[in-house]
Amino acid sequence: MKHTISVLLRNKPGVLSRVTGLFSGRGYNIESLCVAVTMDPEISCLTLVSNGDPPIIEQITKQLNKLIDVLKVTDISEQEYVEREMVLVRVNANANTRAEVLRIVDIFRGKVVDVATRSYALEITGSASKIQAVIDILRPFGIQELVRTGIIAMARGSKK
Amino acid sequence: MAKMNGSQAVVKCLLEEEVSTIFGYPGGAVLDLYDALMDAPIKNVLVRHEQGAIHAADGFARTTGKVGVALLTSGPGATNGVTGIATAHADSIPLVVITGQVSRNLIGNDAFQEVDIVGITRPCTKHNYLVTSRDDLVPTLREAFHIAASGRPGPVLVDIPKDLQTAILNYPERTPVQMKSYQPHYEPHRGQIAKACKQILKAKRPVICAGGGVISSDASEDLVQLAERLHLPVTMTLMGLGAFPGMNPLSLGMLGMHGTYAANMAMANADVIIAIGTRFADRITGRLDSFAKEANVIHIDIDPTSISKNVRVDTPIVADCKMALTAMNAWLDQEEQNIDWREQAASVEAWLIKTIRDWQLSHPLTYKDDRTIIKPQYVVQVLEKLTGGNAIITTEVGQNQMWTAQFYRFNHPRHFVSSGGLGTMGFGLPAAIGAQMANPGKLVIDIAGDGSIQMNIQELATAQQQGCRVKVAILNNRYLGMVRQWQELFYNRRYSSTPMEVAPDFVQLAKAYGAVGLRATKRSEVEPVIKEALATDNLVLMDFVVEREEGVYPMIPAGKSTTEMLLV
Repeated sequence: MKHTISVLLRNKPGVLSRVTGLFSGRGYNIESLCVAVTMDPEISCLTLVSNGDPPIIEQITKQLNKLIDVLKVTDISEQEYVEREMVLVRVNANANTRAEVLRIVDIFRGKVVDVATRSYALEITGSASKIQAVIDILRPFGIQELVRTGIIAMARGSKK
Repeated sequence: MAKMNGSQAVVKCLLEEEVSTIFGYPGGAVLDLYDALMDAPIKNVLVRHEQGAIHAADGFARTTGKVGVALLTSGPGATNGVTGIATAHADSIPLVVITGQVSRNLIGNDAFQEVDIVGITRPCTKHNYLVTSRDDLVPTLREAFHIAASGRPGPVLVDIPKDLQTAILNYPERTPVQMKSYQPHYEPHRGQIAKACKQILKAKRPVICAGGGVISSDASEDLVQLAERLHLPVTMTLMGLGAFPGMNPLSLGMLGMHGTYAANMAMANADVIIAIGTRFADRITGRLDSFAKEANVIHIDIDPTSISKNVRVDTPIVADCKMALTAMNAWLDQEEQNIDWREQAASVEAWLIKTIRDWQLSHPLTYKDDRTIIKPQYVVQVLEKLTGGNAIITTEVGQNQMWTAQFYRFNHPRHFVSSGGLGTMGFGLPAAIGAQMANPGKLVIDIAGDGSIQMNIQELATAQQQGCRVKVAILNNRYLGMVRQWQELFYNRRYSSTPMEVAPDFVQLAKAYGAVGLRATKRSEVEPVIKEALATDNLVLMDFVVEREEGVYPMIPAGKSTTEMLLV
C-alpha cells in the first residue's frame, strides 16, 4: 500500500543522501521524493511516497527517526490529508488539435506556460491521480516532454 | 575564550572527554594533530595498519564501556579503517574516529589522498561529520562523543580538513550537548513493565535471552537478580556472553546456530521469552516462520528499530536495558506481598528440573576427545580451567570463535570480545591489544585460527612496542575451518580454496617479533604450553596443531529452524 511520509530534517549538507542511502541500503522503495526548506531556514521538509506492507512502513518510519538529523517523521496517509503534484508537459498542438488541447487544459484547470508553433507547454497541478489522468488524456496528441515534481502533502485541519 | 589552533582545540576537547589512549596512524593530513598530541597526557598507540587501530579502540571500548578513540589520516588511512568501523557499527560499540581530510580548498578536486570518507562510511557509522568551519570544530567533536556513547552506542566519524587543524579559533566553553533531533529514550514505560512482570509470573516455560545490550548498559547484576528470584533460565547471544555468569546453574549457554541444544530447545518450547538487548539476528532465530511460534515475546531494547523487525513482539519495552531490569526488580519488590512465590517456583519447576535438565543431560555440549591428537575444544577447556573463566578473551572469527563461545564459560561481562555482527577475521589480535591497554593488570588472551591471525598479524609489533603481554592461542588446523566445515556438509567435501597449507612457522615468527613462541602437537603438551604462556612476562604465541577436520557442533544449517540441529 502507498504511504506518504513527511520528514522534517536539519537543513545540512549530505542530509538527503542519508535518507536516500537508508532506502537503497535497506531495499525500500521510493516512488517519489520532494524536498525544500521550510519557514525555518535551518529545517527542510521532505515528502516521500513509498509502498510496502505495514511492517515495512513501520520499519521505514523507525529507521528514518533513527537518523540523527531527522527531527520528525509523520506518516501523513494515516490521517486526512491533501496532496499535490505539479507537472510540466510539452504536447503537440497543430492547427487541428490546438482547440482541443486548450479545452483539456481548461477542464483540468491547467495553464499554458509556453507556446510554440507546433506545441504548447502546460502546467497542471493536482493530486497524483489527477496528474495521471491528464497525462493519459494528452498522450494521444503526442507528448514531447514531461517533468513531474513529485508529491508534496499536508495533513488537513489546524496544526496543534 | 582561549585562542588556539584547531589541533590544540581537538586535543583539549579529547582531554575534556577524559580520553586517555588513542589508537592511530599518522600521515600528511593529520601531521598537525599528531604534533599537538605529542605534548598532551594522552597515550598514542601507533598501530601497523589502520584496521588494527579501529579494532584496538573497539577492544578498549568493549572492555571498559568508555568511548574508544582512533585517529587516521585521509585517503587510504581512512579507507583502511572502514572494516573496523563497520565491525563496531554492527556490534553497537561506541567509537569516535577522527580522520584528517585534505584542505577545504582542495575538497572535490581529487587531491592527493583525498577520499569522501563521510560518503563511504555513511551506512556503517551511527553518524558522521565533515567539519567545514572552525567554529564547528569543537561543538562537532562534543556531539560526536555524545552520540557515540548515548542511546544505542555506535561509531561516529569526524573528518577534519587539514587547514582547520591550523586555523586559529576561540575555544568555546563546555556546555552539555543538546540536540533537538537526537534524544534517546531511556526510561521504560511503567505499564509495560508491570505487564511484562505479570506475564513472567504466569509463565510455565519462561526463558531469558540476553544480548549485548545487557553488557553495554552494565545491567548484568540486575539480570542475575531477576533470573535468580524468578528461577528463569538464561541463554545468551554471542554478543551477550558474560552478561550472565556462564557457570551459574540457570545458564543455558549460548543459543543460535552453534548454540547449545538446551538453549535452542528452551527457546523453541518457551511460553514466555524475555529478550533483553538483542536484535534477534538471523544467527539466533534460524528460519523466522518457525521461531518461537508458541511464545509470548517480551522484548526490551533501546532501539525501536530492533523491535518487531525480525520477530513479532507481544510486549515491547523501548528502554535502556539496565533501567528496564531495575524497574522490573522494583515492581517485584513492591508486589512482594501479593505474589505467591511458592506457586511461582512450583509452576516453573517441571520446566527447569525436568525438561531443561533432560535436554542438558541428553545433549550436552561435547566433542569426541582423543588421547594424542589435540582437539581444539580441549584447548579452550584447558584455557578456561587455568584462568578460572576470568580472563579477557578476544577471538578471531570462525571455528575458533564458536569453540570459545561454547566451551569458555565467562563469569563476567566485558570479558568476551568478539566480532559478532560483521564477523571480521583479523579482529582478535588488535582488539586484544586495545583490551590490554585498557586493563593493564588483567590477563588478555586472543583465541585465534591460523587463517584469521594472519589477517592482522602485523599488530604483533604494536603489542611489542606497547609492552602488551597478550597471549595468542592459535588453533591451527591449516584450513579456513568454518568455511571448510560448510564445504564438508553442503558442498560434497569440495574444499575449494580452504586448505591453507602454507603458513609461517608461528614459533619462529613470534621470535622474529621478539615474542615467545610455543608449540603443542600432542594433547599432553597442551596444558604445559598454556601454563608456560601464562607464566611468561612477554607477548606469547601458542601454536596448537589441532585435528584438521574437527567441526563445530551443534549446528543449525542456514535457513533451517532452530530445532533442526546437527549434533556431534
